[in-house]
Amino acid sequence: MASEIALSRPRHVMRAASDTPAWRRPWALVAWAVLALLAFWVATGTTPVAFVHLWKWSPALLRGLLANIEISVLAMALGTLAGLVVGALSLSPLRVLRVVTRWYVQVFRNAPVLVLIYFTTYVFPFELHLVSWTFPFPDWIKVVLGLALPASANVAEIFRGAIQSIPSAQWEAAQSLAFRRSEIFRLIVLPQCLRRMLPPWMNLYASITMSTALASLVGVHDVVDTAQIASNTVARTDFTILVYFTLLGLFFAYCYPIARATRALERRHDRH
Amino acid sequence: MALGGVHLRFGANEVLKGIDLEVRRGEAVSIIGPSGSGKSTILRCITGLLRPQSGSIRVGDTQVEALRSEAELIALRKRVGFVFQQYNLFPHLTVLENLVIAPTRVAGRDRAETLREARVLLDKVRLSHKEAAYPGELSGGQQQRVAIARALAMRPELILFDEVTSALDPETVGEVLTVIRDLVQEGLTCVLVTHEMRFAEEISDQVYFTEAGVIVEHGPARDIFGQPRSERTRAFLHRALGDGPRNAPARPAPVPETLPFERLRFAL
Repeated sequence: MASEIALSRPRHVMRAASDTPAWRRPWALVAWAVLALLAFWVATGTTPVAFVHLWKWSPALLRGLLANIEISVLAMALGTLAGLVVGALSLSPLRVLRVVTRWYVQVFRNAPVLVLIYFTTYVFPFELHLVSWTFPFPDWIKVVLGLALPASANVAEIFRGAIQSIPSAQWEAAQSLAFRRSEIFRLIVLPQCLRRMLPPWMNLYASITMSTALASLVGVHDVVDTAQIASNTVARTDFTILVYFTLLGLFFAYCYPIARATRALERRHDRH
Repeated sequence: MALGGVHLRFGANEVLKGIDLEVRRGEAVSIIGPSGSGKSTILRCITGLLRPQSGSIRVGDTQVEALRSEAELIALRKRVGFVFQQYNLFPHLTVLENLVIAPTRVAGRDRAETLREARVLLDKVRLSHKEAAYPGELSGGQQQRVAIARALAMRPELILFDEVTSALDPETVGEVLTVIRDLVQEGLTCVLVTHEMRFAEEISDQVYFTEAGVIVEHGPARDIFGQPRSERTRAFLHRALGDGPRNAPARPAPVPETLPFERLRFAL
């Protein structure tokens, strides 16, 4: 009985989602309602004061969000590169490499992200001296490094898990066809791994993006910092509530499509 | 190809206790025997996937147990094909790509020529219409036929079939056996580990019966199946052929244990 319910409910939901045309789906309906409300306010000139302020501050908020996105993209790029290297080394036949990489992964996966960000902010110098040039070491790069560390540890785990999930029978079959070990890796195992890695990798990206909000605590002018400045400047309670709701909405608008795309990829994956 | 006095141990478990086997060019040799008697292990030793503790394995001019480097093993595996029980096709490649990837990457053959040969092989296994399909879209029998074609694509001197029909349902077993029969009639040198006794009797030149890691008896097919010399061979054949593989139960049905319902305590 329970299994019937469990089986029938997702089918019912999926049928509903694919049957209704795009303009009638929930998010589209909400968007229509919001647009209608905005049009009404603009036409009649009765926009609440808080929303007027929000409209004035929205360019600044969006520029702050751009800073968050920049940090997250760069942190994920660095983390992925480093993580792939660490993940590959963790499967090395040399025991020393395996132990070192295992410690790396365990340390940075089990450390609070805020602590890592503080760590990189205060460990790295304020500016770099190279021969006679002085380069400023901006705060946001320190945050990028601080986020790249847990990102790389997680990517290493994702990579190692994907490789070990390839059945050993694939290795045997490739060996029996006279492939070299490096060729098996490159032609048989890695292509299968990349598909398996994509959903958890995208999950990791969404979580790193949400962690970029911590950058505001170390002085980076990101969207959270901008929201704080805005709420202090306007000094209205209703505006403060509104601006923090907007923050939630902005992060949701960025991260939710990623989650949806991940689920769509997973479903397409299950066919193979 | 010849094996002499091969011993192999997995830890404390001795799997092969002195195997002597000989296959002449153009011969089809079947290895039959109960499960766990070391048949698949013998095949894996021939192609270097497993390394025996002692004994000699000769494939053509190559002494397999003396091979050390990867390059030497690769040179051997280009000449010995292997077809697995679980097909083991590459799921991220189409059927045609599965056939073509090894000859082009490993043997470095021209791609156009390899594609042509692959299509001929697919036609031989009667799967030309599936050349653009992915392994996940094929049935078990079709996948196994593709696996045989993939092993043939490397133009090996010797092919090893490791219980290739054991994972298939009875209808599809026939289509795979037809392919193997055609190949044997064309003169392919092969070693077949199989539970299909009637098929083994029909196509084999030599039959080896193994039990518990030793070769109990070997000889021409009609001798082994017609007048087996050893009592163990007779007993095995009687079990395998007399009851028929379809009637013999795979394992005894588990006896359901009754729970002392009155004395159970439930957490609420």
